[in-house]
Amino acid sequence: MGRNIPYDIKYYIFSQDKSFELESGKKFGPITVAYETYGTLNEQKNNAILLIHALTGDTHVTSDYDKDDKTPGWWDTAVGKGKAIDTEKYFVICSNCFAGCMGTTGPASTNPDTDKPYGLEFPLTTVRDMVSVQKQLIDFLGIKKLKCIMGGSLGGMQVLEWSVLYPQMLESAIVIASAYKTSPQIIAFGEVGRNAIMADPNFKNGNYYDGAPPEKGLAIARMAAHITYLSRDSMEAKFGRDIKKDLKESDEMYGFFGPMFQVESYLRYQGRKFVQRFDANSYLYITKAMDLYDVTSGKNNLTEVINKVQCRMLVISFESDWHFRPSESWEIVKAMMNKGKEISYVNINSPYGHDAFLIKNVEMEKVISSFINTKRDK
Amino acid sequence: MGKLKETIHEVISNEIPQNSKVLDLGCGSGELLEYLIKDKNIIGHGLDINDYAIINCIEKGIPVIQWDLDNLPLDFPDKSYDITILNQTITQVINSKKMILEMLRVGKEGILGFSNFGSLEIMLKFVFTGRMPITREIPFKWYDTPNIRLLTIKDFYDFCKANNIEIKKKVFLKKKLNSTKYKQIRLFTNLRSDLAVFWIKKI
Repeated sequence: MGRNIPYDIKYYIFSQDKSFELESGKKFGPITVAYETYGTLNEQKNNAILLIHALTGDTHVTSDYDKDDKTPGWWDTAVGKGKAIDTEKYFVICSNCFAGCMGTTGPASTNPDTDKPYGLEFPLTTVRDMVSVQKQLIDFLGIKKLKCIMGGSLGGMQVLEWSVLYPQMLESAIVIASAYKTSPQIIAFGEVGRNAIMADPNFKNGNYYDGAPPEKGLAIARMAAHITYLSRDSMEAKFGRDIKKDLKESDEMYGFFGPMFQVESYLRYQGRKFVQRFDANSYLYITKAMDLYDVTSGKNNLTEVINKVQCRMLVISFESDWHFRPSESWEIVKAMMNKGKEISYVNINSPYGHDAFLIKNVEMEKVISSFINTKRDK
Repeated sequence: MGKLKETIHEVISNEIPQNSKVLDLGCGSGELLEYLIKDKNIIGHGLDINDYAIINCIEKGIPVIQWDLDNLPLDFPDKSYDITILNQTITQVINSKKMILEMLRVGKEGILGFSNFGSLEIMLKFVFTGRMPITREIPFKWYDTPNIRLLTIKDFYDFCKANNIEIKKKVFLKKKLNSTKYKQIRLFTNLRSDLAVFWIKKI
């Protein structure tokens, strides 16, 4: 996707001989990983923190290093110079996930064999694949052990997968507003979104890159998902039953069906905004990867799998989050405790639902910085 | 023996085998766990509800879990810890009986320490002032005290008898006159102890 990016993204390309094996066993390549780094990697290469973005995030974590101030980072509140995750002390890395559309190879990338975008020819992707691709990048950067790895939501799932897949490479891990598998309720919301995309006449079985993209379907997918990111209380506080006064042309059918609620307008706005930056095929691949994820691979032996974790871990949940509920975080915590692992757990009393981790939260930031900078040496 | 906290930490640590798996229920800022990790190389987890306590623990690198001890039963398997500790916490939970039974279900053994409300000092204060006693160990007014389940050493003996709990060992502490330090005592313990620590096990 031809985007004008006013900040420096770096690219690492590997598997040009298609030697990289995906979890499915299929070999795939070449793979480009888009990533940004903030701060300086020290000589011992032991001050690196890998941040993993959520479902639709990108590499741009903080705008603190931007030449202009045009693009906010997705975690500006917590990451940057002198902030909770201090880029003057740590070397922060964030890469776009595999199958994404923010610079890393995904279904919108050109297939070198056909010179056309992959579309649905792109291989089925898993959370483990996303992690394996990140691992290639970390190897390339010459980092043997990460000071910390952290992520929220789908990013948290990848942190968990890292912790059991490459335990020896981590000094500490933070799983935020996440779970070790997706609940049927959230799979159901995901399926509404995927159906909306596939039902859009512009979808054309994923081959829409030379015409109009399935924007309506993707916007509806985003609207459905966005509901799960807010809480009932935060919606009540933010919108109530307020009516939107000035209708736009894009607000189809309003006036006919009566006035438009602010919450309706907000969801439509979120949908419209989203289609400008996200590829519908990527959305299908990534949401499906998230829904399929289960750190136990369906074997239901969480405690045994968690036993592979070697680093200290912090799990953070939010009381009002119903996308990944505190009880789902608790399952991870309990398994870690059972195996006598170094685990800390904080359940933060925020009203903002699943999105709470992206909103300024002093307690969360204090907990995270305390955990990274812990005084006890092992 | 030293000051209160240090004294209790020493007393508890003495009885804990190296490398034990320990759960501290109501761990506060994690001082006891920190002591035990250094002294006995234990694997430790603390539970507490207080935000500041949690952050203090995390700063020290003490594994801590945010959990409300009024939220019982504890969500852990039977005998999943070698030792569970309830140090000056039992007076602050609503369902004290269930709490003690739970600590002995989750832990193979339990260590329980509490301020003795049956000491002569407290009784005299109660009799002569006609008001709820305020002491160094229980320095709160009736309306803001976190201690909602006050007990004496004799009360605890009765409780253990009624609930088939074996007392394996006990230590009684009394503060020294005109000093902030504490000493162990063995005689007239119900009347003289400021604090009691029991090693207990479900029969």
